Amino acid sequence: MAGFILRRLLSTIPTLLGVLTIVFVMIRVAPGDPALAILGDNASQEALDAFRERMGLNDPMWVQYLDFLRDIARGSLGESMISGTPVLTSIMEVLPYTLELALGAVFFGVVIGTPLGIMAALKRNGWLDYLLRVVSLVGLSFPAFLTAILLILWLAIDWRLFPVISTPTGGFGDRLFNLFLPALSLGLIMVAYVMRTARSAMLDVLGEDYIRTARAKGAPARRLVLHHALRNALIPIVTVIGLYFGLMIGNAVLTEIIFNRPGLGKLIVLALNQRDYSTLQGLMVFSAFLVVMVNLLTDIAYGLVDPRVKLK
Amino acid sequence: MTATDTIPPQRSLAQRLLRLARRNKLSTVGLVLFGLIVFAAVAAPLLSSHDPLAQNILHRLEDRSADYLLGTDVYGRDTWARILYGLRVSLMIGLTSTALAMIIGSALGILAGYRGGWVDSVIMRIMDMLLAFPTLITGLFIVAVLGANFWNIVLAITVTILPKFARVARAPTIALKEREFVEAARALGYSDLRIMAVHIAPNVLGEVIVLASLWAAYAIRIEAYLSFIGLGIAPPTPTLGTMIREGFEHILDSPFVSIYPGFAVLLVVLSLNLIGDGLRDAIDPKLRD
Repeated sequence: MAGFILRRLLSTIPTLLGVLTIVFVMIRVAPGDPALAILGDNASQEALDAFRERMGLNDPMWVQYLDFLRDIARGSLGESMISGTPVLTSIMEVLPYTLELALGAVFFGVVIGTPLGIMAALKRNGWLDYLLRVVSLVGLSFPAFLTAILLILWLAIDWRLFPVISTPTGGFGDRLFNLFLPALSLGLIMVAYVMRTARSAMLDVLGEDYIRTARAKGAPARRLVLHHALRNALIPIVTVIGLYFGLMIGNAVLTEIIFNRPGLGKLIVLALNQRDYSTLQGLMVFSAFLVVMVNLLTDIAYGLVDPRVKLK
Repeated sequence: MTATDTIPPQRSLAQRLLRLARRNKLSTVGLVLFGLIVFAAVAAPLLSSHDPLAQNILHRLEDRSADYLLGTDVYGRDTWARILYGLRVSLMIGLTSTALAMIIGSALGILAGYRGGWVDSVIMRIMDMLLAFPTLITGLFIVAVLGANFWNIVLAITVTILPKFARVARAPTIALKEREFVEAARALGYSDLRIMAVHIAPNVLGEVIVLASLWAAYAIRIEAYLSFIGLGIAPPTPTLGTMIREGFEHILDSPFVSIYPGFAVLLVVLSLNLIGDGLRDAIDPKLRD
């Protein structure tokens, strides 16, 4: 097992190196002079020179590239061109809010999606299955901002159940309360994915011999579904959550903007508006790193659950 | 029993299409919906008497009326007309980027699968790297760095969905290249390029097209997201995402200014998802059960 994990871990190195190179090249081919973009057209020549010197923009390209890689290897994503704050510090400051939102969404996705998927599988090809299939397709097609806008209008403005702006402050209870609406709005998209996966996983499992055996032994239907089948159907559900993690981070960005929540989304938008290329670069590296790590964890979890995977 | 009994009756093209439509109700609904949307976008000037750019300060944030079918926005512009013209932008960007990703991605996938060895390793490694970039964040990044215009947005979307096509085209290619008809073609001395283009590509097409309809839905959503964040085609050109963003600022006064374009995005994406979902069933009946 240790060998398998180590092999998978090592195989991410070339991927990450490639990712870093792509990000580096993309920033460098950008038209326009970052010094001019940030200091403005009226900046004096001395100020421009000083800025370029400080940011290492006068060095040859390969020196800049090596500096960039060395910084990353030391766990630094560079500093903001505007404020001078280390990018990693800014990210770590807001990351908990985004993770909290993503976890809340996964919670809603699993809690609503799994039972619906099981129901659809048990009533396969019945009217309920058909209805749920259409509902899930509509759910998959919902743009993230539309669910958020509709939920705000309905639950926050018409019914006044939740605050319109989600500020993640206060005690644990307050925080959960403020999280509810944005997490639900992000989670509803997740529901559709989880539901479809749960349905097909349940159908796969229900066809297995051990289910027939359990049924022949006279296991009651409830136990058959919840004990024997669901356990094994959970594996694909966990995988789908891993697979859609990247998508979810993207959608979380939109949800954060709409609910005016602090998080990676607001950080990205701020960096975009300020043309803070170094923060953007750090954010790109960070999110790509996150996706690679989640994929790695999903793979390893798969290997732990299904020993056949390791042999590949 | 005569020999003719065993030959299935010949059906006309119309009959065959009808049969296909009956079997794939969802796909048909999606196809009709998508057709209507494309028609609405193309025929925009015929379907609305208003200029999507004409501001009219006397008719700000107006409700639905016979004159303004879906009301007006904060500048008094007709929402219905703006949605029709906004659909043009969405469809152009979504379909161009998906078509590019489909062509380049499947070509790379087929090449990787057919050649194998180091060609395969290099191509798929690069695809793995591209897969590590979350689409929306990468799109934001590319558009922010290169500037928000049609081709940069297309580039941003193409690059991030291209690897999905490469993966889907590669897998069946590996199986196909061992088949007799490919060996026969090779024995006849056909070039690799010809074998890949004429013998393998058509057999991979089915799965690639399913994927294309699903990713076109995604691409259209990403375009809307980019302009929602303020990185779409620059105003005053109406795009659905920009309309939602502008409407969101006045959500309390007039929520429908942002909700209608939101539903327009939903309908386009849904129509493509319906097509893709039904097609997937038709091609791979295993998935249906």
